[in-house]
Amino acid sequence: MKQTIAEKILSAHAGRELKAGDTAICDVDFCLGQDGTSSLIIESFEKLGTSKPHNASKFAMFIDHSAPSPNVGTSTIHKLMRSFARKHSFKIYDVGCGICHQLMVEDGALTCGDLVLGADSHTCTYGALNIFSTGVGSTDLAITLASGKNWFRVPETIKIIVSGKLAPGVYAKDVILRIIKDMTSQGANYKALEYGGNTVDRLTLSGRFTMANMSVEMGAKCGIFEADKKVLDWIKARSKSKPRQVTADEKAVYTDVKEYDVSSLSPQVSMPHEVDNVAPVEEVAGTPIDEAFIGTCTNGRTEDLAVAAKILKNKKVHPGVKLLIGPASKQVFLEAAKKGYIDVLVKAGAAVLGPGCGPCVGTHNGVLADGEKAISTANRNFQGRMGNPSAEIFLASPATVACSAIEGKISDPRAFSKRLK
Amino acid sequence: MKNMAHRLLKIRNNVNTDYIISGRYKFRIRDPKELAKHLFEDIEKDFIKKLKKGDFLVSGENFGCGSSREQAPQALKAAGIAAVVAKSFARIFYRNALNLGLCLVECNTNYIDDGDELELDLGANVLKNKSKGLNITLKPVSPLAQMVLAEGGMIEYFKKHGGLIGGA
Repeated sequence: MKQTIAEKILSAHAGRELKAGDTAICDVDFCLGQDGTSSLIIESFEKLGTSKPHNASKFAMFIDHSAPSPNVGTSTIHKLMRSFARKHSFKIYDVGCGICHQLMVEDGALTCGDLVLGADSHTCTYGALNIFSTGVGSTDLAITLASGKNWFRVPETIKIIVSGKLAPGVYAKDVILRIIKDMTSQGANYKALEYGGNTVDRLTLSGRFTMANMSVEMGAKCGIFEADKKVLDWIKARSKSKPRQVTADEKAVYTDVKEYDVSSLSPQVSMPHEVDNVAPVEEVAGTPIDEAFIGTCTNGRTEDLAVAAKILKNKKVHPGVKLLIGPASKQVFLEAAKKGYIDVLVKAGAAVLGPGCGPCVGTHNGVLADGEKAISTANRNFQGRMGNPSAEIFLASPATVACSAIEGKISDPRAFSKRLK
Repeated sequence: MKNMAHRLLKIRNNVNTDYIISGRYKFRIRDPKELAKHLFEDIEKDFIKKLKKGDFLVSGENFGCGSSREQAPQALKAAGIAAVVAKSFARIFYRNALNLGLCLVECNTNYIDDGDELELDLGANVLKNKSKGLNITLKPVSPLAQMVLAEGGMIEYFKKHGGLIGGA
């Protein structure tokens, strides 16, 4: 049988050959929870009546979404997580470590061919490392924590081929926003995405994480890339486990094949209040903004801060704008400091937050006032997402956000092409 | 089950889990009944006041998309909703609802208006719109989902069978 990457990874973890549409119980290589989902994981786990995790070394919890805690309710959840971690001797990444999805790909717990579940919808990020990773709810996570397994419906796969050389000022974020516009927020519901094409081949891992991360914004179960040399080098530098690269068979069955030529693509902006409400920057340029945020599991990596620093070097953030920088992890923060990016950004007027999710989920670190508009590198712009239903959120690349912060309005980063080459 | 249909008036499709229950609340409120008081607050503040125990929530495509928060189906269940009726569900929400034993029904919802009287007959696989005299056929539920629902959710299923069973 000819198989897609998703079919192969699930087959390998079920111990039998599977095709799209089958349902199977699979062994899970790693699972995780964060502070928005872990109190329910703990509750469900305790209800199951299992005395201990199936394998505590294949589980981790992360305090990232609302860290450090802004209120007593959240502090109570954080405390509960710490005590559960001590009781069952698994790793917990506490305040200051960073965002779960960045730490998962940095810390070497994963390798190509793995099957990973996370109680966070953006768990699909590790698809960039040739991993089948997907978001689930807390009870599903508790089931895996207790048994090492879960049930899966094998998804159909849509192949996405991206070709063409990106212009200076245009990034992986713009590519994925363009794809989401076309696919819509439900275009890949229940399905796997397989990304390929010469644009994707040229992208760094950082750019591929951005694309894999936003797969769920089309409803996808996962968004997987092949393991090329860049992926294998990344894994070898970090992971103790040997990569089990998985490639799709030449005659694998795809439910659809989508091709995108991005050689003349403009920077893209997702407008309020839906992620698939995307327009080229030319159409929204000039919209005044009050807040600009560069960070999150989508675009809070060193490369993203480097782009922001190139644009903001010897410039000032517009007096009407608060620019917030959220390094995705401690390692990103340290690298950005060492390379001088933090220096540039702070001198330009940015407020640098501790490693974590920042204001993305609207619990702290930059909640918007009524009528305010934010431009952010995050992955969601739902009404109320940043803490106020009477505010508006635009999504864009770090370059677009950085130059908008200077101008005080949504702006085209290609004006800074010389700095970005 | 025979009760009233409620539709969100502004958003027909892609009702995401942030809209069901805002991130602001999921971090600080753990009691599902307290969470339920904030259902749909960001998009239709008074919607929750209309809901009575046993009523149906009716929506369009891709209900429950976005965040994996299980607080979304948890709060809907705590509000006493008999079933969520939609054209389709996002996959994480679907699994979460199933795991909690919240009934989800997939069917054509074009002919259900806010305030219609509905009667759900899962045995006959039909949703009756009493107000319009229509019988709407439901999309069949997978055997695994039926088993889990019959036990009242995944925790009960897991405990009864001592784990996940069979080749699924």
